[in-house]
Amino acid sequence: MAAELAYDPNTNIRDIGDDYKYGFKDKEDYVFKSGRGLTPEIVESISKMKKEPQWMLDFRLNALDIFNKKPMPTWGNTKMLEDIDFENIYYYIKPSEKSEKNWEDVPEGIKKTFDRLGIPEAERKFLAGVTAQYESEVVYHSIREDLVKQGVIFLDMDSGLREHEEIVRKHFATVIPAADNKFSALNSAVWSGGSFIWVPEGVKVEIPLQAYFRINAENMGQFERTLIIAEPGSFVHYIEGCTAPIYSTDSLHSAVVELIAKPGAHIRYTTIQNWSRNVYNLVTKRAVAEANAKVEWVDGNLGSKLTMKYPAIYLTGEGATGEVLSVAFSGHDQHQDAGAKIVHAAPNTTSIVTSKSISKDGGRTSYRGLVKVYPGATGVKTSVKCDALLLDEESRSDTYPTMEIDEKDVSVEHEATVSKVGEEQLFYLMSRGLTADEAKAMVVNGFFEPFTKELPLEYAVELNRLIQLEMEGSVG
Amino acid sequence: MATPLLKIEDLHVEVDGKEILKGVNLTLNAGEVHALMGRNGSGKSTLSYVIMGHPNYKVTKGRILFKEQDINELATDERARLGLALAFQYPVAIPGVSVSNFLRATTKATRGGVDVPIKEFRKELTENMDKLGVPKDFLSRYINDGFSGGEKKRLEILQLSMLKPSVMVLDETDSGLDIDALKTVSSGINALATKETAILLITHYQRMLNYVQPDFVHVFQDGRIVASGGPELSTKLEEQGYDWVTQELTIA
Ligand SMILES: Nc1ncnc2c1ncn2[C@@H]1O[C@H](COP(=O)(O)OP(=O)(O)OP(=O)(O)O)[C@@H](O)[C@H]1O
Ligand SMILES: [Mg+2]
Repeated sequence: MAAELAYDPNTNIRDIGDDYKYGFKDKEDYVFKSGRGLTPEIVESISKMKKEPQWMLDFRLNALDIFNKKPMPTWGNTKMLEDIDFENIYYYIKPSEKSEKNWEDVPEGIKKTFDRLGIPEAERKFLAGVTAQYESEVVYHSIREDLVKQGVIFLDMDSGLREHEEIVRKHFATVIPAADNKFSALNSAVWSGGSFIWVPEGVKVEIPLQAYFRINAENMGQFERTLIIAEPGSFVHYIEGCTAPIYSTDSLHSAVVELIAKPGAHIRYTTIQNWSRNVYNLVTKRAVAEANAKVEWVDGNLGSKLTMKYPAIYLTGEGATGEVLSVAFSGHDQHQDAGAKIVHAAPNTTSIVTSKSISKDGGRTSYRGLVKVYPGATGVKTSVKCDALLLDEESRSDTYPTMEIDEKDVSVEHEATVSKVGEEQLFYLMSRGLTADEAKAMVVNGFFEPFTKELPLEYAVELNRLIQLEMEGSVG
Repeated sequence: MATPLLKIEDLHVEVDGKEILKGVNLTLNAGEVHALMGRNGSGKSTLSYVIMGHPNYKVTKGRILFKEQDINELATDERARLGLALAFQYPVAIPGVSVSNFLRATTKATRGGVDVPIKEFRKELTENMDKLGVPKDFLSRYINDGFSGGEKKRLEILQLSMLKPSVMVLDETDSGLDIDALKTVSSGINALATKETAILLITHYQRMLNYVQPDFVHVFQDGRIVASGGPELSTKLEEQGYDWVTQELTIA
């Protein structure tokens, strides 16, 4: 595939900081917008508006209680975390009356926005189903007819709860309980939107399902909730993308994503996150892989102000495999604190973590990872590899790997490298006519290639383009 | 007389405060092939880097003219786009960047920023690869990453064949090539040597000069050219080494 990716060094290069392509905003024209701040009344009204069953309202109120009691994390970028003003955030915004199945029925303004983001076009070309979430609610939703016939369920989470309450109730918050951390508690209290996917036994969804998340309002909090259940022997690939306008004050994105891969199932979850630089992105993602199941997190973190995200995989059944492949790109005043958490709770389980990060213009990246092997989990293989690339002297990268291994019969590989873009590499590329910016972008794209080649072609091209935008102006 | 393609006048160059080039004079006219020979560490690669504008090499005196234009202030990429090129003695690896993507981007960059239509590009590339005996699978491999010494040299000449520069410096392109590769790569170099181009071949041995006939041979010593002549000079060097040059210089 590498050979087919057209790298075009002459694409119009602009500084994403000044001219973030997705930074435009729409006029606010909402059905409902909560007041700022968070109260039990707001939680109740969200639940009521959604006509939820009592157990969900109880779950929310309990979670709110946990959120209020739990302290902020004492690790990560605590200074940036302290700046979050929970009182100033809008926790729920309903942009339209209902989720539409026909693109034509989506309100005009929102439709235009997603058109600009290329959503319906992408769907026609290469997706099996699409969810588009705007603020707190999914405004458009579709799935291919043949998948419906095979029994695949792909809905927004609210509809999922309404239409398949039993499946939801059985699995919801079983992988990530509300009390897991402060932000999972917050999400549990005010969650809205996100995707619900259920793949029947043995069904393989060969082309990806995609969700697109858009924040529009200033000081918005987006708290989508995604639950994917793959029954034995099934396969599904889910892709999410995110953007937001640029405001002078911050927005908060705090999702909870739970994946359940039953025996022999395979879930691949791909994220291309490209938030504007005023979004706090504090996401909890966790998967359970049962016997011989496989879960892959393919996680691309561009943009945002602070991202704290450590996709986790609990390998609970013998022979299960977990892979986390992530890239992070941090520019001026940005901190990507990302990593992975792998728990080997069964014998002969395998995990591979590959983390690649780039920092420039004083940006900061951290890898924070945990590999845990429980006693009795014999024959475990685990490999953790972190590569950091620094583009200048002011930028920074740290690695915080933790290994808790309580079993002898385990094969562990760990490798971490930090490198700088080589002067000789740049000279070589420039001696072939590429400008300094193009040369740097090429080295960076090459560094990310092990990640990019795992993406569907369209996303790979898009990611390379985004990196090129990020690279502008980085050469002194 | 036509204007020379490249003219180097009394060039002095420093690296990290140390003077390496100490007054180089050299003129390359269109249609000429020059060979540059000299001991290890005499400054040949330094000269090639300076011609290409390596940021670490500081010109303290003298100048380099490309078609009468002083290029001292020009960045490396600007020189490349003017028509200068260097085949490196030690090509560097760029992991993750495929040869085909790289060639496509650099071909565009050196041809006035205009994309060659993909079909034409492929055709041209395939022809050049066939001529140089470059296997197809090189295209999807990463630039110089895990390539053998000889493979890297082939790749350098393949690049020049695509970029079509007018002034080329080839720094020890022959080293690392096996006997058959030396022949194919030499014929590739001969194809680059046209009436419109000039080539500076840096080498230690006669063997490549048997295939690529130089019009002039220069001996480099301690940062300058100390002797110049025709093809017979390289034969003499091959037979007698550099000692006689040094001796003649001390006598003179
Ligand atoms: N950064 C540097 N600092 C100090 N000395 C340097 C530096 N770069 C090059 N030199 C020295 O400059 C001299 C010329 O080096 P150069 O690579 O140009 O030689 P060369 O003629 O190409 O040799 P060879 O035939 O071995 O390739 C050498 O003595 C080398 O050690
Ligand atoms: Mg040399």
